[in-house]
This record gives sequence, C-alpha cells and structure tokens, in this order.
Amino acid sequence: MAVEVQDLMKVERRIDARGMPCPGPLMSLIGAIRESSVRDVIEVLSSDEGSKTDIPAWVEKAGHELVAVVTEDGYTRFFVRKAR
Amino acid sequence: MSGNGSSAHVDVDRALALSRHPSAVTRQEPEHDQPVSLVLFSGTDDRLEAATVLMAGAAAMGRPVNVLLQYWALEAFTRGRMEADHGLSPEASLEGANRIRLKKVHQGYQHWSETLRQVKEIGEITIRACALSMDTFGLDQSDLDPMVEGVEGVASFMSRATGPITFI
Repeated sequence: MAVEVQDLMKVERRIDARGMPCPGPLMSLIGAIRESSVRDVIEVLSSDEGSKTDIPAWVEKAGHELVAVVTEDGYTRFFVRKAR
Repeated sequence: MSGNGSSAHVDVDRALALSRHPSAVTRQEPEHDQPVSLVLFSGTDDRLEAATVLMAGAAAMGRPVNVLLQYWALEAFTRGRMEADHGLSPEASLEGANRIRLKKVHQGYQHWSETLRQVKEIGEITIRACALSMDTFGLDQSDLDPMVEGVEGVASFMSRATGPITFI
C-alpha cells in the first residue's frame, strides 16, 4: 500500500509555485514561513530547477527543517517545517 | 574525555591568552554574512533583472544589500518609468531577445521592478542614488521611484560596503 507524504504529517499550507521562475518559489516560501507559526509545515510545489538548490540552502541558513523532498513528474514538492 | 580513547588536547591557558589579545577583538563578519554591495550603472531590462535576482538571493540568505544607482540605472528608477521598456544590452542575440519578448506574455512573468518590491519586503535592501549622477541628469529625489531611499556620495556608499562590491 503506497503512503502519500502528506498523510504522514499535517501540512498547514500548500503553495503551488509551479510555473514561477526563479527566485519566485523561494520568495513565496519565505513569505509563508513569516506568516506561519513554529512547527507548521509548509509544502511548496516548484517546477523551477533553481529551487532544488535554493530551498535547501535557505532552509539551512534560516534554521528551519527540510522535512521531505518529493520528486514528481516535471516538478518537486518541498516540505518545510518552521523550526523557530 | 571521549569514550573511544582519543582525546583532543586543548591548551586552555593559550586559548585564554589569545582571547585577551587586542587583535582577537577585531570581530570580522564571516564572509557569508557580509553585506553585498551593488553599483548599478546599466539601465537595460536584462541587467536590471539580473541585479534584482542577485539581490533576492542575498536577501533570502539574510545578507543586507546596499545599492548605489548611477547613470542609466538611475534613469530606469525614475518615478513612473520603472516598467517602461528599457531594452536589452548590446550583447543580446536576436534569438535570445525574442525568447525574452515571448516570456513577457507567458503566465508567471513578473517585471523585475515588482520582484524588487517584494524582495525589499523580505530583506534589508537599501537603494540610494549617486549624487553625481543625480546632478548629471538634473534629477532630484521627487523624480525618483519611492523605492530609492535617498541620495548619497561615493564615500558614504564605501563606508557601508564592508563586503564585496559588484558593478553591474
């Protein structure tokens, strides 16, 4: 039985940034994190190649948690937990 | 003491002596935290967008950005003219230029000035106009887009530019 990632955790907010060019998806994530509470999980969908390096780099710098990265057909799903 | 038998020898006395030495007090920002300073000279849309993307990256990573607008970049930042067509650099190829023109009508396209407004909200971006260029072009603060916070001379810019300076 396949388990969906979102069934393993409560995703507080889902941002569909597919089609947005770099650095749009990252900017959307940063804005969403600011509006969220600590321990909230935010999911960002991005088709931008830059996000694959940008989002992990930012998450580490900002001290949050990159809980999961799921590769889909033509886009990637990033699950970020606000840690502080 | 770690359990596996190895030990790191720390000379506590020497460490304390070094920490008291005057030169130990000069705290230098780690390179990846230093502000990024950009001198924007170019006024074409491709270069201004490239500069905006760099600012976005710096802002995202928590690095303050200092921007000094000169010449054609300053002209591009005049009130009401920011979204005008500023053209492309001379090195633009015909095919490349056409791609960019097509992108503009594509869904998800955002003008660099709009991206810059958003970036300013998430990061510490200070944009000032070079006093010399203001004089050369006969401009005053009221002619400029509100994103430009003020006018300054080069010495003032240099005093804030403690990190790398990039000329675009």
